[in-house]
Amino acid sequence: MTTTGERQPGEGTLYEQIQASPEFVELRRRLRRFVFPMSGVFLVWYLLYVLLAAYEPEFMSIKLLGNLNVGLLIGVLQFVSTFVITTVYVRYANKHLDPAAEQIRTRFEGGNR
Amino acid sequence: MTGLNLAATVGKPGLNIGIFLVFVLITLVVVFVVGRQNRTAADYYAAGRAFTGTQNGVAISGDYLSAASFLGIAGAISTVGYDGFLYSIGFLVAWLVALLLVAELLRNTGKFTMGDVLSFRMRQRPVRAAAAISTLVVSFFYLLAQMAGAGGLISLLLGVEDDKSTFFDGQSLVIAVVGILMVVYVLVGGMKGTTWVQIIKATLLLVGAAVMTAWVLGKFGFNLSALFGKAVENSPKSGEKILGPGLQYGKTATSKIDFVSLGLALVLGTAGLPHILMRFYTVPSAKEARRSVVWAIWLIGIFYLFTLVLGYGAAALVGPDAILKAPGGANSAAPLLAYQLGGEVLLGLISAVAFATILAVVAGLTITASASFAHDVYASMIKKGNTAPDSEVRVARRTALVIGVVAIIGGILANGQNIAFLVALAFAVAASANLPTILYSLFWKRFNTTGALFSIYGGLGSSVLLIIFSPAVSGSATSMIKGANFHWFPLSNPGLVSIPLSFILGVVGTLVGGRERAAEAGYAEMEVRSLTGAGAERADAVVPH
Repeated sequence: MTTTGERQPGEGTLYEQIQASPEFVELRRRLRRFVFPMSGVFLVWYLLYVLLAAYEPEFMSIKLLGNLNVGLLIGVLQFVSTFVITTVYVRYANKHLDPAAEQIRTRFEGGNR
Repeated sequence: MTGLNLAATVGKPGLNIGIFLVFVLITLVVVFVVGRQNRTAADYYAAGRAFTGTQNGVAISGDYLSAASFLGIAGAISTVGYDGFLYSIGFLVAWLVALLLVAELLRNTGKFTMGDVLSFRMRQRPVRAAAAISTLVVSFFYLLAQMAGAGGLISLLLGVEDDKSTFFDGQSLVIAVVGILMVVYVLVGGMKGTTWVQIIKATLLLVGAAVMTAWVLGKFGFNLSALFGKAVENSPKSGEKILGPGLQYGKTATSKIDFVSLGLALVLGTAGLPHILMRFYTVPSAKEARRSVVWAIWLIGIFYLFTLVLGYGAAALVGPDAILKAPGGANSAAPLLAYQLGGEVLLGLISAVAFATILAVVAGLTITASASFAHDVYASMIKKGNTAPDSEVRVARRTALVIGVVAIIGGILANGQNIAFLVALAFAVAASANLPTILYSLFWKRFNTTGALFSIYGGLGSSVLLIIFSPAVSGSATSMIKGANFHWFPLSNPGLVSIPLSFILGVVGTLVGGRERAAEAGYAEMEVRSLTGAGAERADAVVPH
């Protein structure tokens, strides 16, 4: 924190330079473009489930297969969607986030010596 | 607790205790061996950041799958059916918040505690103090739930009744023993020892639950529908309704809102739990932190699918009436099911696993709370950063002792409460006080010290106040304090009010506080560091404070 917090002449701190660099701006855009919408999706889907359970118990109790009802199906689908989003995010991060982050970090550590 | 005079014990107390003692002995040896390698503060708090993502993922499941998940959820599903299933789903989906928004960024930004991240670019002392207070309050609520679970479990296993006429009865003795053991784990093993206890316990719990699940399903020819049919048949009071939502929360307009409030607290609470956040510091990098969460999500998700079968299995094979009449009430569903399936031996094994669960979780909570006090309050505030890491760790150890004593007393007082419900309150406080502040810190440049203090204290104060004046504490049949009624807030879970309030207060505080140059300049460092790992704490790096 101390070494990098010093001002380089005229250009702000090293962190500020990196933050302003196009590579970093692109990395941030990639991260936010994925995690914000995805968080919105799973939260809405989860709240929909909670509201259905609270206010539409008859709908949730409709039997589909033997004693297995709609509520159980939607509940299990919450598990499935959680597993799917996890897997998709890991793939996305491995492909689109990690290499870019690595590159910037290497450059930072070079510039910080 | 029901004051019944039936044969109070199931199984043989000697066998139950014997199996449990074996677990305690094994873990004590492990803790002792790895504890000897603890040298630095990074060793004690963050296990030298040397665990792999996989190990940490298993340990996170160990920390997360508490008595509430095992005893509480199985009990809730067996007695109120589908409404108990909400806990499982909320507890699981919540991990996506941690995965997508918090875990990796937090790993890159902080050092040992939640306060490290929240105070990163703010004025240190006030924000650290707020973070430490919030950590202590959340951990305390969580501890209460675990200790209460220990009391309930022992009443079932050893036939030690909850004696209302005296403060210190047989169950209190057990709670005290749990408290003492947890302090030993933490003092001797530090984070490394505690992590290994979590790993051992998580493995036992997952295997135990898997065996029981397969066994239950096997009894019904692996036909889930047949299992549900039998659960309906065996639940004369609720009948078909046990398969759909509404049995517990569907009665009135207020209880429906309460259900939504609970749902919100569950999904937003996890990523604000200090003892979970602290686990991300035990791995060497953000990528490993991600790997930990992925492992945790799979293990926790699979476990909650097991609890669905175990809960309805207990309803089908033991019956809700028998469960509610047993000492320990709904919390005894899983042990009773084990007894029904595999007799004394399986009961002994499953109970030992449940005990191990409680013990490991309280150890994790204790180390988090003591680290927060020593690191955020003692080292950063009282000593203003001028301490040797040694003395900081010494303070952490002493704090762990104090927390042990407080937890024992609190646990004795909370004995007999529903565990999953108590934990839900801890989630509500965490979601209100911590999560908004963490998210604003990580993603909002203009967020400043005043904003952080508004959202932490606002969320903490409102959630705790609303709990105190809720029907959970007074004025209903299941209240903590019987025979008094000072409640005016209608919901038993405050999340629906306190979480949005805290988000709003964060914005209001930031605007009230005006532009804070240092906080905005610090955002460059925080953002670069959180997204790329540049300048983040390394594995085994001994960082002078």
